[in-house]
Amino acid sequence: MNVLDIDYMLGLVPVLLGYLPLTLEMAVAGMLLALVLACLLAVVRVLEIPGLNAFTLLFISFFRGTPLLVQLFLFYYGLPQIFSVLTQINGITATIMGLTLHFSAYMAESIRAAIVGVDRSQTEAALSVGMTNAQLMRRIVLPQATRVAVPTLMNYFIDIIKATSLAFTLGVTELMGATQKEAAGSFLYFEAFITVAIMYWGIVELLSWVQRRLEARFNEAYQR
Amino acid sequence: MIAIQGLTKRFGDATVLDAIDLNIERGEIIVVIGPSGTGKSTLLRCVNFLERPNAGRIQVGDLSVDTTRARKKEILELRRRTAFVFQNYALFANKTALENIAEGLIVVNRWSKPKAHARAREILERIGLADKADAYPASMSGGQQQRVGIGRAMAAQAEVILFDEPTSSLDPEWVEEVLGLMKQLAYERQTMLVVTHEMGFARDVADRVLFMDGGRIVEQGPPEELFSKPKDERTRSFLRKILANQVEVQP
Repeated sequence: MNVLDIDYMLGLVPVLLGYLPLTLEMAVAGMLLALVLACLLAVVRVLEIPGLNAFTLLFISFFRGTPLLVQLFLFYYGLPQIFSVLTQINGITATIMGLTLHFSAYMAESIRAAIVGVDRSQTEAALSVGMTNAQLMRRIVLPQATRVAVPTLMNYFIDIIKATSLAFTLGVTELMGATQKEAAGSFLYFEAFITVAIMYWGIVELLSWVQRRLEARFNEAYQR
Repeated sequence: MIAIQGLTKRFGDATVLDAIDLNIERGEIIVVIGPSGTGKSTLLRCVNFLERPNAGRIQVGDLSVDTTRARKKEILELRRRTAFVFQNYALFANKTALENIAEGLIVVNRWSKPKAHARAREILERIGLADKADAYPASMSGGQQQRVGIGRAMAAQAEVILFDEPTSSLDPEWVEEVLGLMKQLAYERQTMLVVTHEMGFARDVADRVLFMDGGRIVEQGPPEELFSKPKDERTRSFLRKILANQVEVQP
């Protein structure tokens, strides 16, 4: 067994850090778009809007029921063959699209559960003082639903960050793609991949810390 | 001041409110009694439009609403004129006592935050919870929560406060402080429509007691009259049962 080439690993870190922004950009864009879409889907589900509700169920079923990698290949390699406008789509856009659709399906269900979980009597209390549905959603229901949803949504964000590594299969040189290239050049596969693994791990740990801070803040109102 | 005519509510085949007629004068304190499931709560909930009635007319002040074709705007206006106190308090869990009281003023009446908070502080003073301004519902006792619930209703400056069994979920030790606050409001001639099983409260402060059964008002009158010589057999039987459990009512 060869000794671990620490110098190579330390030298690799700054190189890989250069690709971190792209990874994070895809993750943040995917997260934000997924969040918006998930909120819309959740509202359709909560209000059981006729027609849209059935479509939403189908949407969620499909995007939860198929692997993200299959969806990415479908968007990047498959769809352009059917719709020629999509031939312009690049790997980054396809990845963001895939992350958005895939994770919005999961997030919609946890947001729906969080909204439904807010005590019905508080909704009635808000109505009784004369609030409109929009007002009571904004002031009473959503703040409380957010508190319930934050831990799961943060988990999805963590998942999204790691899932951006799949962009490498669409030819995008992000954190994972760059590592692959570096490793292929140096033949130090173990060093390269353990380095990138530690980097992903570090980002996720940082986010977990943010998550704990957020939760503590949201829970202030519920201390006995 | 408040006139309810032919108010009817059905759940499926069951008629829970059967063409209720009721007039309430300004400053009148009315207590509604009766067996469970006879529509007492539904009456209150229909007046506040938490349930949509199937028929009837509700007039509060100069606002008259035909419940079958009430428009959204009318419903909001009706709710603003009728405040509600819930059996389980239903405080906003994400807001402090102060914010619970100020919330409606800010969102519905469009008051500025400082003005609404100043009013909320006055109300906290009146309900004896000035020191709990920044406490969240989870950290308050049931009695304190219900007093904030009443404070929230007071803030609305509604023409009538509807109390839906306000002491039924409370541990016995907290019942008196809530009834005490309600009595205080009664002395200030706040118009109130109260559903309760507290016969002592009814006897002490009600101007009129209604006995409901089967979705109808069976009989009504001043408490001394209704309690001492009820006319209907159903009233007599109900009072016998309930007074047997509430010895403290007897002077």
